Amino acid sequence: MSPMIEVQDLTKFYGPTPAISRLNFEVGRGEIVGFLGPNGAGKTTTLKILAGYFPPTSGTARINGFDCFLESIQARRSLGYLPETVPLYPDLTVTQFLQFAARAKGVESRQEKREIERVIDECGLREVRHTLNGSLSKGFRQRVGLAQALLNRPPLLILDEPTIGLDPSQIVEIRQLIKELAGDHTVILSSHILPEVSQLCQRVIIINRGQIVASDSPENLSRQLGHGSRISLVIKGPPQEIVPVLKALAGVRDVSVTGEDRYLVQGQNGQDLRPELARLVVAHGWQLLELKAQEFTLEEVFLNLVTDEEAPES
Amino acid sequence: MTGVWALIRKELTVYFSTPIFYITGFFFLLLGGYFFYSNTVYYSLLSFQGGQNPQLAPMLNPHQMVFRPLFGTLSIVFIMMVPLLTMRLLAEEKRSGTAELLFTYPLKDWTVIMGKFLAALLVYAFLLLLTIVYAALFASQATLDWGPILTGYLGLLLLGGACLSLGLFASSLTENQIIAAVVAFALLLLFWLIGWQSELGASGMAGLFAALSMLEHFENFIRGVIDTKDLVYFLSFIFFFLFLTKRQLESRRWRG
Repeated sequence: MSPMIEVQDLTKFYGPTPAISRLNFEVGRGEIVGFLGPNGAGKTTTLKILAGYFPPTSGTARINGFDCFLESIQARRSLGYLPETVPLYPDLTVTQFLQFAARAKGVESRQEKREIERVIDECGLREVRHTLNGSLSKGFRQRVGLAQALLNRPPLLILDEPTIGLDPSQIVEIRQLIKELAGDHTVILSSHILPEVSQLCQRVIIINRGQIVASDSPENLSRQLGHGSRISLVIKGPPQEIVPVLKALAGVRDVSVTGEDRYLVQGQNGQDLRPELARLVVAHGWQLLELKAQEFTLEEVFLNLVTDEEAPES
Repeated sequence: MTGVWALIRKELTVYFSTPIFYITGFFFLLLGGYFFYSNTVYYSLLSFQGGQNPQLAPMLNPHQMVFRPLFGTLSIVFIMMVPLLTMRLLAEEKRSGTAELLFTYPLKDWTVIMGKFLAALLVYAFLLLLTIVYAALFASQATLDWGPILTGYLGLLLLGGACLSLGLFASSLTENQIIAAVVAFALLLLFWLIGWQSELGASGMAGLFAALSMLEHFENFIRGVIDTKDLVYFLSFIFFFLFLTKRQLESRRWRG
């Protein structure tokens, strides 16, 4: 079976500047993938191409085995799309709009009613079903957007910034909703909020300036791309002696004093310094009170990757 | 087909839930009623005089004196009204961003265009249907030959279709409803008046201009004549502008 999304050498130019250049990635069936990057990195462009709104300048994107441009109708049948701005017809009520969306998406007329009731329930829209779209709050707009994407049970959901502009309690609700959907659908969602992605997604694709800079699970990214390990120590002993001794240990990049008796050791990549450090401290007769490996947060990884990218230009 | 129907239903819901339809409909019927009234009053005045004037009497014909000029005036009112009915159709989808939903649903471009065009045509036909009251009212008081009246209505329907297809095209060009309305109105006026050249006998182009003119082709219908070349003119006019609209929609696929 082909993967749900296959992207090869995807490039899109707006005028002379590329919004994305030569993206390659795959998303397997049932995966929840986060598309992470700063504003203007090319997330929305990529998702619009996948949704079939416009074609790439070059390269191919396939959904469910169908080319997003050449077999656009078939590809679009397999997806539900929530655009970033959640455009809704202001003069239709929620139910009228969902009826239109259901017919447009080819829901069979016999199942139309049941299908609309299902998404209204799943997205918690019962209380606003007869409200005009134009007078909905931002949180409800987002849910209506999600509801139309869910109609006809598409195997793939493309969600562009699903939680942007919502208040914290709404964000929690929408995230919960997305988590519940994950079982039946493949989900690709974009975000520039890190905790969101690390909470929701099994895999993160980090994109910056139109290029993929990393793609892995949130945990692996934190581990592998953290540029070495960090170990915090609490040692009872004379600091002026401790610092040079720690620095002299092979594999240590830097040592800093972070408080009274507290030290932070930065090691080089892929090396566990903890046994060596423990032995060293004990051998010098100091008291080792605490020894802890610190993982890099995804946030730091992200900043690292993004600033690394920008460095050559400045 | 279900896609076309889905769009028709949606567009009609929007038409009937926004004030623009009611306002244009109200003023259209107000103007139509006024013209019908004044034509009828003039006709009855002449009829009284015709009683004393044997030469005038045979020329008195309700179709020629009431309905033909009425249809002529209604057609002008429609030309002013149609841009108001079509300006929203595609421009608003683009401005509000709903185009992004519409064009990511599994609908072909033709489906979208036909849905929007047919919805506008239904609204137009509905307004047209209301004016049949005039003829019915007239027929209740006098004898009326329904043949040329119905031909006139066929002409108005085809004329409306042509104007709506051009209006839809204008709406596909821009995100701004006002610009869409202005472009549609200007082009419609041009297609209406272009035939005047032939009366001036200005140049060798006169024949071509006359053939392009909506007025020339519409005149036959309200005279009570269905000519194949007029039918072909209006149908190909409609198809041509729907086709241009499709091309314009497709351009999003290759423009940067």
